[in-house]
Amino acid sequence: METFTYYPGCTLRTKAKDLDAYARASAEALGIKLVEPADWQCCGGAYTTAKDEIATKLSAVRVLNSAKEAGQPLITVCSACHNVIKQTEFDISRDEEMAAKVNNYLGLNEPYVGGTKVYHYLEMLRDVVGFDKLKEKVVNPFTGRKIAAYYGCLLLRPAKALAMDAPENPTIIEDFIRAIGGTPVIYSQRNECCGGYITLEDKAQAQKRSGAVMDSAKDMGAEMVITACPLCLYNLKKNSGSDLPVHYFTELLAEALGLKEASNE
Amino acid sequence: MQRIGVFVCHCGTNIAATVDVKAVAEALGHEPGVVISQDYQYMCSESGQELVKNAIKEQKLTGVVICSCSPRMHENTFRKAAASAGLNPYLVEIANIREQCSWIHKDIATATEKAIILGRTAVAKVHLNTPLNSMESPVVKRALVIGGGIAGIQTALDIAEAGFDVDIVEKQPTIGGKMAQIDKTFPTLDCAACILTPKMVEASQNERITIHSFSEVADVKGFVGNFTVKIKKKARFVDETKCTGCGLCTEKCPMKKVPNEFNMGLDNRSAIYIPFAQAVPKVATIDPNYCMMLKTGKCGVCSKVCSAGAIDYKQQDTFIEQQYGAIVVATGFNPINLDKYDEFAYNQCPDVVTSLELERLMNAAGPNGGTLLRPSDKTHPHTIVFVQCVGSRCDDEKGKPYCSKICCMYTAKHAMLIREKYPDTEVYVFYIDVRTPGKNFDEFYRRAVEQYNVHYIKGMVGKVTPKSDGKIDVQASDLLANEQLHINADMVVLAAAIEPDKTARPLATMLTTQMDTNDFFTEAHPKLRPVESATAGIFLSGACQGPKDIPETVAQASAAAAKAIGLLCKNSITCNPCVAHSDELMCNGCSSCEKVCPYGAITYIDKEFRMPDRTTKVRRVASVNPAVCQGCGACTVACPSGAMDLSGFSNSQIMAEVDAICK
Repeated sequence: METFTYYPGCTLRTKAKDLDAYARASAEALGIKLVEPADWQCCGGAYTTAKDEIATKLSAVRVLNSAKEAGQPLITVCSACHNVIKQTEFDISRDEEMAAKVNNYLGLNEPYVGGTKVYHYLEMLRDVVGFDKLKEKVVNPFTGRKIAAYYGCLLLRPAKALAMDAPENPTIIEDFIRAIGGTPVIYSQRNECCGGYITLEDKAQAQKRSGAVMDSAKDMGAEMVITACPLCLYNLKKNSGSDLPVHYFTELLAEALGLKEASNE
Repeated sequence: MQRIGVFVCHCGTNIAATVDVKAVAEALGHEPGVVISQDYQYMCSESGQELVKNAIKEQKLTGVVICSCSPRMHENTFRKAAASAGLNPYLVEIANIREQCSWIHKDIATATEKAIILGRTAVAKVHLNTPLNSMESPVVKRALVIGGGIAGIQTALDIAEAGFDVDIVEKQPTIGGKMAQIDKTFPTLDCAACILTPKMVEASQNERITIHSFSEVADVKGFVGNFTVKIKKKARFVDETKCTGCGLCTEKCPMKKVPNEFNMGLDNRSAIYIPFAQAVPKVATIDPNYCMMLKTGKCGVCSKVCSAGAIDYKQQDTFIEQQYGAIVVATGFNPINLDKYDEFAYNQCPDVVTSLELERLMNAAGPNGGTLLRPSDKTHPHTIVFVQCVGSRCDDEKGKPYCSKICCMYTAKHAMLIREKYPDTEVYVFYIDVRTPGKNFDEFYRRAVEQYNVHYIKGMVGKVTPKSDGKIDVQASDLLANEQLHINADMVVLAAAIEPDKTARPLATMLTTQMDTNDFFTEAHPKLRPVESATAGIFLSGACQGPKDIPETVAQASAAAAKAIGLLCKNSITCNPCVAHSDELMCNGCSSCEKVCPYGAITYIDKEFRMPDRTTKVRRVASVNPAVCQGCGACTVACPSGAMDLSGFSNSQIMAEVDAICK
C-alpha cells in the first residue's frame, strides 16, 4: 500500500464534505493510504502573482514541508488548493529569493526549497493507480451515461506550473470517465472559468459564465457534469439556472467502486 | 631580419572615435622588427592602399600588419595591394580593431590599450608568416538543384539555358512542390497550375536537365567546383523507363483508402498512384505502407493490368554518385503542425481547415471538384472566418517568432475568391496587422475590403468551438470597437505559419552550411550576398532561406542560378593555400585526424622510412589532399603528437599570438 500526505483543505471540511469522504473511501479501496498532517492550514484560496507577497504562500509551504519530512508525495483534491500548492512548489523551487524570504519567516529545522512531488487526486488515479487498473476495480460502471467533465480554470493553468494536461484540450477527466464506464461529452466551455469568486462581487457575471458552461454541456448531450472544484460546483449549481446535475468526480468514483453507501454512513 | 610595416586605420570615426589611433601607431612602432608605423583616415581607400604599397617598396617590407576592420571585410583588398607591390599576399595580417574593439567599447583608454594588444599580436604572428602560393582546382561543369518546387525548377531552367548540365533531386514522386497545390495566385488571380505546369514540362523536356524524382541526397563530399554527391533513388516499385503514365493501375488498385497527401488528406487515393494529372515525371509509384502485394504478398492487380510490364515489386533503393561544380538548395517550406493550437479546435472539427487545405477545397482537381463545401457534411458554408497569424509572430514556444509573410495576401485572395464565387457567403478576417508591401499588393487587399465587402476585424480569435448543430462558435475580440464577438460560423480557416522543410537540417549538416535558429539557411551576407551560403559553391533558392511568395522565390531562384552559372563558367578556381599538412616523422598513424576531418581530406599511406640504424621501415602516416582540405584546423587540435599543422595558422604562430596577448 502506497502512502501519501493528504491535504483536504478547509472547504472539504465544510461545504464540500462529499468531495473529501468519497476521496478517502475510494483511495483506500484502490490501495492508497492517505495521511492527513495534524497542523495543516487554509491554502489561502488564491495564488497571488505578486512577487513581494509571501504571507499567503506560507501555509502551502508548511504542508509541502510536512510531506517532505514524512518522505511522502502530497495529494490534493480541491482544484483551488491544488493550484495554490502546486504553484508555490513551482515557484519556490525556482526562485531563490522567494525561498530565502519564506525560510527566514518560517524558521524550519531545515530550509524548504522545493522537492515535494504534488499530485492532484486525478493525477494519482492516472499516474499511480492507472486508469486501466481502476477500470478493473469498477463494480457499478456508468455504462451508457453521457458525462461532461468540467475542468474550470484552476486545475490546468498556468500550464507550465500545473503540468497536468494540455490546458486547451485536456483528456484526464475524460479518461477517468471512460475508466468508470461512462461516455465523456466534449463541449467547448469545459476549461473556461465558471465565474469563481466574482459571485460575491458581481453575481450577474457569475450567472452568465456558469450558465454558458452548463448550456454548452447540455447542448452537446451531457446528462451530468462532474468537477473537482467546490467553487465551480457552487456556481454551476446555484448560479447557472440549469437543471443539469453537477457532482464531484470522487462521488462517481465511489459509486463506481461500490462504496457510495458505505462512505455516506 | 624581418622588416614589418604597421598601418592603423581610423575608419572615419568608426575606430578613431573610441581608439586613439595615433597612440596605437606610436606604440606598435616600438615592437621588434617594425620599421614603419603609420595611421591614416581610410586605409582601404585608393590612397590608403598606395600608402601600404609605397611602404612595401621603399622600406623593403617583409611583413605587413593592418589594424582595421574585420578580415572578412578587407583582408582581400590588402592582400591584393601587397601582391601588386611584390609582396606575397599571405605575409599580410589584419588586426581587427573595429568589430572586436572600437565598436564594442566606450572607454577610450581601455579601447586604445586593447587595440595595441591586438596589433602587437598580429605583429608577433606576422614574424612567423611564410609565403604561401594558391593552387588551382578544376570546376566540374554540372550543377545539382536540391528540391523540385518552383524555386528548384526555375534555377534548373536558368542554369540549363546557360548551357550547363543540371540535375534536380526531388523527394516526392513528382516535381512541382507547393505551387502545384495552390489554386490561384495573388495579386493577379491567375491559375497556379496554368503557369507552373509549362515550366514543369519545360524542365522535363530540356535535354540538359535530369530529374531524379522520389530521390534524396544521401551524402555530400568535396568542395566548391568539385562536389561528390550520393543520391538515393527510393524504390517506387515501378520501372520509370517502362511506365507510360496511363493510370490504369491506379484505377484498378483495390486499396483505395490511402489519405491523398496532394489534397492534404481531404480525400483518398489508391496505393499505386500518380500524385496529380500534370505530374512530372508522369510515372506511377507504389506506396509500400498500403500496397497489399508488398505487405501480404497477395494481390498483384497492378502488375496484371500493366501492359507495359512496368511493375516491379522487387525493386530496391539504388544509389548513384555524381560530381558537381555547384549545388543549389531549394528545399522549400511547409505549414506548421497545428496540434498545439487546441483553442482553434483544428483536431476536433473537420470544418476548421488550414489555408493550404482551403486551396485544395477550392481547386477543380480537389476533393469537391472545385465547389467549396464543408468537409464534414458537404454543405455550402455561409459564414467563413479566417484567422491570421496562427503560429506566426508568436512569442511562446508553440509558434514561430517571425512573420510568415505570405498569409496576409493569400487570405485576402481566399476572401475575395469566395465573395466573388459565392456572394451569399459572409467572410470575416481576424488580423493583428495587415502587411501588404509588394507591387499591386495593397491595392489587392483594399479591393477585398472595399469592393468585395470582406469584414476585416483587428483582433485575434480566442476560441473556436464546434457546436451540436454543426455550426462553429468563434469567440474573438474586436480591438478597435473594444468588443467581444461571437460569430456563428460554418467554416474556420487558419493561416498557419510556415517553416522550413524538415529535411533541411540534416542537409545543412551534409553541406556544412549554416542555418538560423528557425532552420532557415543563412545567406553569406544579409544584404550583399543574399543567394549564396557562407560555404563556397552552395547557393540558396526560395523559401529555404526565409518566407517568400512566388515572385520573390522565382527572382531568388534566377539569382541563385546566375551565381551558380558564374562559378560553372570558370575552368578552374583558386584554392585557399591555408591547408593542413602532416609532419610524417612525427605522425604515428593513429587516425585521430581522419576521424575529425569534416571534408574527408585525410587518408593514410604506407611509406618507407630510413631508420637511424640504416634499416628501412614501412610506417602508416597521414596524408592531406590539399585540394579537398578547407583549412578548418580540426585535425591540428585533434593530433596527439603535434604532427598536423595548418599553413597560415601554424601552431607556432598561434602560440606567438597567445604570448603577445599575455605579455
